[in-house]
Amino acid sequence: MYLTNKEEAILNGEQGEVMGRLFRLLTRLGEIYNADKMIPVGSVQVAGVSYKSIGDPGLAFLEDIAKQHVKVKVLTFLNPAGMDLEHWKELGFPKDFAENQLRIMDAFKDMGIVVTSTCTPYLAGNLPRFREHIAWSESSAVSFSNSVIGARTNREGGPSALAAAICGLTPNYGLHLWENRQPTMKITVDANLSYAADFGALGYYVGKQVKNKIPYFTGIPDVNTDFLKALGAAMAASGAVALYHIEGLTPEADLVENKNLETIHVSQQDLDETYETLNQGKDPDIIIFGCPHASLREIATLAEQVQGKQLKKPVWICTSRLMKEASDRMGFTEIIEDAGGKIVADTCMVVSPIEQMGYKTTAVNSGKAANYLPGFCKQEVVYNNMHKLIKEALA
Amino acid sequence: MKGRMIAPGNTKGEAIVSPEPIGFYGGIDINTGVVIEKNHPLEGSCVKDKILVFPNGKGSTVGSYVIYGLKKNGVAPAGIINKETETIVATGVILAGIPCVDQIDISQIKTGDMVFLDADNSEVTINK
Repeated sequence: MYLTNKEEAILNGEQGEVMGRLFRLLTRLGEIYNADKMIPVGSVQVAGVSYKSIGDPGLAFLEDIAKQHVKVKVLTFLNPAGMDLEHWKELGFPKDFAENQLRIMDAFKDMGIVVTSTCTPYLAGNLPRFREHIAWSESSAVSFSNSVIGARTNREGGPSALAAAICGLTPNYGLHLWENRQPTMKITVDANLSYAADFGALGYYVGKQVKNKIPYFTGIPDVNTDFLKALGAAMAASGAVALYHIEGLTPEADLVENKNLETIHVSQQDLDETYETLNQGKDPDIIIFGCPHASLREIATLAEQVQGKQLKKPVWICTSRLMKEASDRMGFTEIIEDAGGKIVADTCMVVSPIEQMGYKTTAVNSGKAANYLPGFCKQEVVYNNMHKLIKEALA
Repeated sequence: MKGRMIAPGNTKGEAIVSPEPIGFYGGIDINTGVVIEKNHPLEGSCVKDKILVFPNGKGSTVGSYVIYGLKKNGVAPAGIINKETETIVATGVILAGIPCVDQIDISQIKTGDMVFLDADNSEVTINK
């Protein structure tokens, strides 16, 4: 791989030991994947923020970098933390967990990273451009930025994204190159897709089938980004899909070659069976929305459904701090709280210690959450759309 | 078998083979090394000191930290062999210093085989 004189100097530790160590990780990845050179990145999304996810080894790794006073070179946002960073006490998050989580946040802040803590940075102030090279982790955000925006990123691991942020560079390989963004499988869909949960189920099913391929969808109706967010998140969780194209909807769909591809047909029956697969529990202890983090539109929908009513069980909707502020101002937060629900910012059900908080069965409308909750949070999952779940919680 | 070196080193151990991809985050417990993903072919098995063989990584990008954490917690696999190592696993094994080779025909390896993994020379040898 070609390195400039300046890059050689970084590698040799002339900009400090930490920069040298992190740049070595990037050059090693570049060598493995046959990158020709390093390219500058426009922005970074760093995953691996929750203390629950990265534990003491991750905390030590981050504090070690932070204490050497290195700063990120480009706009860098963070994934959700393990708790609401402002209201963790009221929400019942354990104190020792909170202390470690706050140390992680301090380490990131010392590096100059914007401590927004959301898996939807594109809704909260980190919006890349079509064809912009970026280095993002967070599998759902990778999928969204590649597919819906047409920016270019590989599926970065948490540490390789952090290295890209600190060096301002990423190796030029994989999805940064146009020839690797071509679809490798065609998915024809003939099923009713009315709710985010339908897209979550579709994504879960397709991700299992295509694994790390690049699907090209036909038969998807004209839907907004909330639905595409749900689709991409589920595909990235059940498989390793970093990029998908949808005929008529996503920016690169008209530009790629889609002939003679192996085809999978998804029927209503496939979708119904996926609902059954995901629906392992009954009578949920808690209902949680906002995986990935809810948009303002999704918060408004929840508010509309619970306005003037009383929920019989805990209902959370997880979102970014920015959406929460807009929700506060619009009165949605008050409506949801009056009904007995909560808007939780900075965190989500997957990365927070909900199993330690006494919950055993969680209802969700997210294919991604349904994928992770059984293993990582020891939860039985109830899977349905928001309307049905709320209707049951009000009954 | 000859492959591609992802992370250097030289190790041996008993193979534990997954025909399905592995997502380390939410898939393997960082404190015990036990596979916790529901309905995964390796559910309930421990990867500690084993040669972990699987086609490719999947799922969350936090997986790199889980691999690093497994090593720091002393419950990491001794080595990893893949069909195709993607960035998440590569980042994890490089940081953690776990020998790893990919581009291997993993169908040749069965759970229980003694496997010699010479990542420095990108070589995998199986003792049935």
